Amino acid sequence: MTAPRLLVIDARGGLRHFPRERLVDTLRTGDLVVANDAATMPASLHGIHVASGEPIEVRLAGWSSVTTDIAGFTAVVFGAGDFHMKTEDRPSPPAIAVHDALALGPLSATVTQVLGHARLVALHFSGSSDEIWAGIAQHGRPVQYAHEQSPLALWDVWTALAGRPVAFEPPSAGFALDWQIIGALRSRHIGFATITHAAGISSTGDADLDQHLPFDEPYDVPMSTASAIARTRASGGRIIAIGTTVVRALEHSARSDGMVRAGSDIATGRIGRATRLRVVDAILTGVHERGTSHYELLRAFADDDTLSAADGELAAHQYRLHEFGDSVLVIPAAL
Amino acid sequence: MKNPFPGLRVAVTGGTSGLGLALVHLLHEDGARVAFAARDRKRVASVARAYAGTHGIAGNVALKDDIYPMALQILGELGGLDVLINNASDLGSTPLALLGDTQCEDLERALATNLLGPFRLTKALLGALAASGREGRGGVVLNVSSDAAINAYPTWGAYSASKAALRHLTLIWDEEMSGQGVRFLSVDPGDMDTPLHALAVPDADVSTLKRPEAAARELLDAIKQTLATKGMAA
Repeated sequence: MTAPRLLVIDARGGLRHFPRERLVDTLRTGDLVVANDAATMPASLHGIHVASGEPIEVRLAGWSSVTTDIAGFTAVVFGAGDFHMKTEDRPSPPAIAVHDALALGPLSATVTQVLGHARLVALHFSGSSDEIWAGIAQHGRPVQYAHEQSPLALWDVWTALAGRPVAFEPPSAGFALDWQIIGALRSRHIGFATITHAAGISSTGDADLDQHLPFDEPYDVPMSTASAIARTRASGGRIIAIGTTVVRALEHSARSDGMVRAGSDIATGRIGRATRLRVVDAILTGVHERGTSHYELLRAFADDDTLSAADGELAAHQYRLHEFGDSVLVIPAAL
Repeated sequence: MKNPFPGLRVAVTGGTSGLGLALVHLLHEDGARVAFAARDRKRVASVARAYAGTHGIAGNVALKDDIYPMALQILGELGGLDVLINNASDLGSTPLALLGDTQCEDLERALATNLLGPFRLTKALLGALAASGREGRGGVVLNVSSDAAINAYPTWGAYSASKAALRHLTLIWDEEMSGQGVRFLSVDPGDMDTPLHALAVPDADVSTLKRPEAAARELLDAIKQTLATKGMAA
């Protein structure tokens, strides 16, 4: 595999190619890089719908309560089969009703709600939180991508920064960071901070279901991060978000008066062309196709002509899509 | 120096016997939030019952496939991590043997438990430890060492070589990560009256051996000192 690449798109239309390991060369002393340090749950659980006896796959997709109570989840239910089959080719799951029991390896769950779609449910696991974590650790598998050749292990879907396991899909822009780059930021006097954002799934492969996304997502801003953001902005540095989840969390936190506050809250809503960004100056993200929510978010950072030109450049240079592909950095033009 | 342990999130491997059990006991007493791991599911459950509020995790640090499930449970149950104590150890050959009589498999097992296991677990938990460092809470890894990591005692070859490698790994981790707020310590707890020592030296006069609680207290003091030096939690 060739080394990952980085296309730097400045908001005046400038396009520059870098090897991604040279990310620091695209930033300035006094900037602050903010990443999401959530680790990803092994969210795919195979088992049986007890009432019908039929096999199902449950994919944990979000927290059903704001406190990230380990017993309560939002989940998408699939029928028999696995990730090798296209989602649209898989048999439908049995009809699922409130109070239905699901036997998922060592875990037992009860359906507490059907959430406006036959395959979208709220679940409650029985047992102590230690038993539930042990069950998920033993039986859960990372959600697999149809475009990946071999099944992913948990170590493939945790970024170098992964800490609290609260995300349901990887904060994949963070795959661009390793300890070499984080150390280089420090030696260039570029700040580094993290938030923890419990990213729910961004797409289910089903257009009707995707209408229900994104879920409301809990996030936490440490005091040290809120202070670093305030200091950076006061001294004219730029805030560089690593991934869409960081933009969602910081812009939500600052929605009333432009100040990012320490503490926990719930990010709601989507970011797109109409959003006026109050905190984040630039975003590093993967290469996403037009029409996806990730792409839509870029429209808050650059106009459509600039993004179209960038799309052409990415295609001409065969940048790799998806979670483990290449990256783009959308950044304001240097003054 | 203020007691940094109340509320501190600490993980201990090999937490159901000897030094590890003493660490769980003292950390629990000091008000830390403790997760511990060990191989035997029944012993894990019984220690977790004895120290209410601690989180017991069944897993073997020598097995690659056990590492991420252990890390997931530690981070899930504690909501992050401030201190990791890599304590689980394997002697290699038992009874101890000259290198010429040591089975390759015994050396491999000592390396898997004493070197690769701590490396893998640290790597899986490094993001959380660095976050703890940035937030000014903690970010300390203590790797349990031995005087056999430095001195060449006949018949201790497999254990010795693995602990020497672990000690050097610890020094390099510390050089590389202290700038990111994560400190690494290698501490020799001395000769203790533990099941591991009894396996190594069955006819030892136990009255000359240190009690594991005394050694555990020294380890916790070393952690306390490091947290205070970092200007954290003190």
